[in-house]
Amino acid sequence: MKHTLSVLVQDEAGVLSRISGLFARRGFNIASLAVGPAEQIGVSRITMVVQGDNRTIEQLTKQLYKLVNILNVQDVTNIPSVERELMLIKIQINSQTRTEALEIVRIFRAKIVDIAEDLLIIEVTGDPGKIVAIEQLLTKFGIIEIARTGKILLVRTSKINTEYLKNRVVAYGT
Amino acid sequence: MPLKQRVSSEKTGAFALLDSIVRHGVKHIFGYPGGAILPIYDELYAWEEASLIKHILVRHEQGAAHAADSYSRSTGEVGVCFATSGPGATNLVSGIATAHIDSVPILAITGQVGRAFIGTDAFQEVDIFGITLPIVKHSYVVRDPRDMSRIVAEAFFICKHGRPGPVLIDVPKDVGLEKFNYFSVEPGKVNIPGCRPITSLKSRQILMAAKMIQQSSQPLLYIGGGAIISDSHQIIKELVDFYKIPVTTTLMGKGIFNEDSDYCLGMLGMHGTAYANFAVSECDLLIALGARFDDRVTGKLDEFACNAQVIHVDIDPAEVGKNRIPQVAIVGDVAEVVSEILNLLKTSFPPYPEQIISWQERINRWRQQYPLLVPRKSTSISPQVILVATNKLAQNAYFTTDVGQHQMWSAQFLKVKAKHWLSSAGLGTMGYGLPAAIGAQVAHPNDVVICISGDSSFQMNMQELGTIAQYQLPVKIIIINNRWQGMVRQWQQAFYGERYSHSRMTEGAPDFQKLAEAFGIKAFTINNRQNMQSALQVAIDYPGPVLLDCQVTENENCYPMVAPGKSNAQMIGIAKPQRGTASNYINNSV
Repeated sequence: MKHTLSVLVQDEAGVLSRISGLFARRGFNIASLAVGPAEQIGVSRITMVVQGDNRTIEQLTKQLYKLVNILNVQDVTNIPSVERELMLIKIQINSQTRTEALEIVRIFRAKIVDIAEDLLIIEVTGDPGKIVAIEQLLTKFGIIEIARTGKILLVRTSKINTEYLKNRVVAYGT
Repeated sequence: MPLKQRVSSEKTGAFALLDSIVRHGVKHIFGYPGGAILPIYDELYAWEEASLIKHILVRHEQGAAHAADSYSRSTGEVGVCFATSGPGATNLVSGIATAHIDSVPILAITGQVGRAFIGTDAFQEVDIFGITLPIVKHSYVVRDPRDMSRIVAEAFFICKHGRPGPVLIDVPKDVGLEKFNYFSVEPGKVNIPGCRPITSLKSRQILMAAKMIQQSSQPLLYIGGGAIISDSHQIIKELVDFYKIPVTTTLMGKGIFNEDSDYCLGMLGMHGTAYANFAVSECDLLIALGARFDDRVTGKLDEFACNAQVIHVDIDPAEVGKNRIPQVAIVGDVAEVVSEILNLLKTSFPPYPEQIISWQERINRWRQQYPLLVPRKSTSISPQVILVATNKLAQNAYFTTDVGQHQMWSAQFLKVKAKHWLSSAGLGTMGYGLPAAIGAQVAHPNDVVICISGDSSFQMNMQELGTIAQYQLPVKIIIINNRWQGMVRQWQQAFYGERYSHSRMTEGAPDFQKLAEAFGIKAFTINNRQNMQSALQVAIDYPGPVLLDCQVTENENCYPMVAPGKSNAQMIGIAKPQRGTASNYINNSV
């Protein structure tokens, strides 16, 4: 099962090496990793998606805490949170397919950020499910390049899980 | 404690380093100079002139790391070693890794090329910070001399906080030379948010542990190096005196409990005693104190103490539940936890002595039926005989060992006190013994320090004879010389169809007596029982260093032995008293 960890670290030389070294040495698999400055100066937030069962994640968390630069590790897999990822995707188009591509972009509320005679760069933001969905739909045009940031997230203070609510509404509707 | 003759308030980075180290109470440094660390050695000159610190010049940097390691193991203080950049620093690596896996607090200070040259592949430049990342508890590159004192204070704190371990500080050459307005950071005045305080003990777990101990009829204490680090021998003795629980120790925990006691079963695991391994397999409660369920201890993990509930006490949360999920997990200092449990036992959970009588009787039967064996040979000396005889002559000595058969025999037959057993356990570093003896002897100049080595291990760091000769350290070196890499040979014999690939050391073997004498060290060759006893006596009594080349039975193997991946109860080479095959053996009371 995939787990999402939100990790706060001191922004010092070598901290990312220490973390990636730990993953490599102890055989943990990182599915995605996103790093950037957090709210406090000198502190970075790392959002990582890791494959493993509960025991693996518990061991990983304990091992991470042994690194002196690590301030906090939170397993947010089952905590209501806002999850976002940004993708830039470059696809092939021609005069026949352009309209359909633009239609998909509109439906997904994505943006065209560069357009040429036969190529299009689309910027799309959303939860990881949306990113996968648009990528699948754009496959048939011919994908030239993809760049993704990896998932970032913040825990919802409202403690409301919109995904969960959506499912409830559907359940009541039937 | 700054030197009086220095009036200027402008100090160099090297001064800041030495001043900070001395403020932390460091009396000895082990090291070897070189280009990039020259500014620090130049500063050291003045501090040694003023008798504020003493530097021991080793012959190879690996020796410096091991000496600092054993200095630390035998005193509990942080051991300090210096090396220059590049090859000097990489030579420390085996020593740092040895300290890391055995949780030994050492501080390694390496020179580095000047800040402007870092990353340019300059002469003797190596990324020692990067190389050592997986084998240090933490590490620093000092990029500004103003940070020096803070970094040293943090390093000492991190070394000893929680589960101890090595810290490395890489000092670029020009940082040592730069002058600045120096203010020292007092020891302990550090703010490291990532070093969390050890969580306070949870009374619920203490209560559960006490209940389980009272209800158990076949309890066993399994004690590792964590108990030695937390100085818990007194409180463990009180627990055993009160509750009569038998004790088995790991290679790291050796000496934590009186090894002459009826309750001590010796070491468990791959080369542990048969009675310790049987006791583990049969116990209904295993109390693990500062031990980590290492594969050399557990054998096949699923069958390790498979009838037992487990109480696991360790200061490192990551060790609890790593290999074995315990019924009760207590994260904390062993001495504190045991003291809490003992208080509760004394007030609310008195022992039922009759409940464990049959358990003690069973263990005693195993002890009688399957003792450790000392082979009796008329033509040659068995290694075990030498160890037993040495131990008789020097009961309070510090023992260092190298790695291999002689190490396992030493673990089986030597009876030592806590912190008097200095051996590379987790990493199994051949070449540890001789420099470790240097570290122990420097720390304890008035005690007997004995290095038990093998002919192959000894050759891995034999250059340190030069250090021993220079400082006239009265180390007693006993080489168990069987002309083989004994343990490799034993495995090839048992598991690789007797194909002895590169384990024979006869060709090219030095005459160890002449070798020692070339360094001006007194030496004897021992090849029979008659001269063994007298030579041992002379060696122990002699006030200077002595080397004994003990030429022992070549084909002796170390038993009992648990084959890798097998259960601890399936040992090979244990006594079979019923069939009378033990007639060639005498038991270890010789």
